[in-house]
Amino acid sequence: MIKYYLDFEKPIEELELKIEELKRISDGKDMNISGEIRRLEKKARDLRTEIFSKLTPWQKTLLARHPDRPYTLDYINIISEEFVELHGDRKFSDDKAIVGGIAKIGNDTVVIIGHQKGRGTKERIKRNFGQPHPEGYRKAFRLMELAEKFKKPVITLIDTPGAYPGIGAEERGQAEAISANLMLMSRLRVPVISVVIGEGGSGGALALSVSDRLYMLEHSVYSVISPEGCAAILWRKNGDLNADDFSKASDALKLTAQDLLQFKIIDDIIPEPLGGAHRDVEQTAKNISEKILEALDELRAKTPGKLTEERYKRLKKIGSFVEES
Amino acid sequence: MAWFKKGKELKADKKVKIPEGLWVKCDNCREIIYKKEIDKNLQVCPKCNYHFRISALERLKLIVDEGSFIEMDEGLSSSDPLKFRDRISYREKLEENRKKSGLEEAAISGEATIQGHPVILVIMDFSFMGGSMGSVVGEKVLRASETALEIKKPLITVASSGGARMQEGMFSLMQMARVSAAIARLKEGGVLYISILADPTFGGVTASFAMLGDIILAEPRSLIGFAGPRVIEQTIKQQLPEDFQRAEFLLEHGLIDKVVDRKELKKTVAQIIRLMA
Repeated sequence: MIKYYLDFEKPIEELELKIEELKRISDGKDMNISGEIRRLEKKARDLRTEIFSKLTPWQKTLLARHPDRPYTLDYINIISEEFVELHGDRKFSDDKAIVGGIAKIGNDTVVIIGHQKGRGTKERIKRNFGQPHPEGYRKAFRLMELAEKFKKPVITLIDTPGAYPGIGAEERGQAEAISANLMLMSRLRVPVISVVIGEGGSGGALALSVSDRLYMLEHSVYSVISPEGCAAILWRKNGDLNADDFSKASDALKLTAQDLLQFKIIDDIIPEPLGGAHRDVEQTAKNISEKILEALDELRAKTPGKLTEERYKRLKKIGSFVEES
Repeated sequence: MAWFKKGKELKADKKVKIPEGLWVKCDNCREIIYKKEIDKNLQVCPKCNYHFRISALERLKLIVDEGSFIEMDEGLSSSDPLKFRDRISYREKLEENRKKSGLEEAAISGEATIQGHPVILVIMDFSFMGGSMGSVVGEKVLRASETALEIKKPLITVASSGGARMQEGMFSLMQMARVSAAIARLKEGGVLYISILADPTFGGVTASFAMLGDIILAEPRSLIGFAGPRVIEQTIKQQLPEDFQRAEFLLEHGLIDKVVDRKELKKTVAQIIRLMA
């Protein structure tokens, strides 16, 4: 498989290409070369540690959108022993930008729902680049009601650039579909756990993430508007915005997991392997599943009334204002 | 007939100088109208029924019984959690908007009566940072909703907003969840919620409390949607239909209950409250 490197990973790419080249030449025999290989491998690891320890918000945004980054179904397939995907909103269609179904995680049956992006042109189009129409949110709504009826926890995985801005989406009530989910999730009488695994794109992401516990992967982002959208509003200079503008906008928006933990908008950060989730999908999935199970253990003990009461209290705390009396 | 046509062209070519403040050109029919005539007509064009945007205070006068409004939560102001700045800082921007609009924030809330019916009311003002919803607007809607639930009186909101307030980042986005959660409790408590949509209502406001009314009313030709028309055009690279995202379009697609003329608004709200009591 051809690995995809982001711009800021180029120095690592060069080293790794060199290592592969040496490996091919030596074929594991020449002792002198294998020493050199070990030295270069350590250098690559150190370099990666260094680069990844000080990623900028924009670099994190790019990493969150990395074409090799694992998507919802990748994680579901690893963390669940069984999974039955369920389709359709029973009203209009089956939106493939949101997937969901019944899964067995550990000893629990849960309803798991997430945004789904595609890999490769054909699947990307099929998944509409992870941008749901109202039907996607209505499918999620239906599955969450199902979970509530059978007293199963709801797990959501967040990864979308945003809800799709199109004519059909507006005609069929994109805003209504999102608001209905926000309202439903706020009063679901079962535990709700959300994990941002990639891009948390505004209202389209929020519509699946009103929860008892909100986690983010280490290099995921969650924002009210994309850095590109923010830059376009702030510096509308003849349309030719560049990476510098996006970088400045990402700084201003405070969209990283680290920022949002500090603001207490999220509950915890789930670590990623060195180099990002795609470098070791199994390990990332394991980290996610451990966190989910830990939260489930904690939430299971609460009565439905207490759950919804605490969820409301959590939400109520999120605001930044002063009050003069 | 030919000279008629010519006459028309001439008229269109002629530059009309409009004395400041005395005459107004209607955004919709392009007619030049005596401003006092529009003022008399509740800021509605007497020629084409175009509803001009109005401030929260003008809206208030128009919808509640005179002297009945008592403002709540007027001391709330944003604390700039992101230390956001572009050309100027967010704090300076807030100050500018306060001066410009005469308001503290993009919404006012309080209790009032509408034709004698006590209600809790939130009215947004588009002239304050595009009516954007940050922590303060969110908090006002949340508290209004809680008060309505407590005293079991209807909640009325008038939305007019570009959406979530970018300058407060995720704090703004989370307001959508907060206000929707508050409305959920209102609904469980059996309290009536009437949402009125005014021009324009978009983004995080539409996708939260504005679309959650038990009954949703809108002013004629108001632009209402999730994504803004420019964003949609750029995405699909097509021109949008003329009536797209207008109140009448939403009515046609089953998304709102009724399009109500401004002069009928108070009466209609009072009627619904009376019938639902």
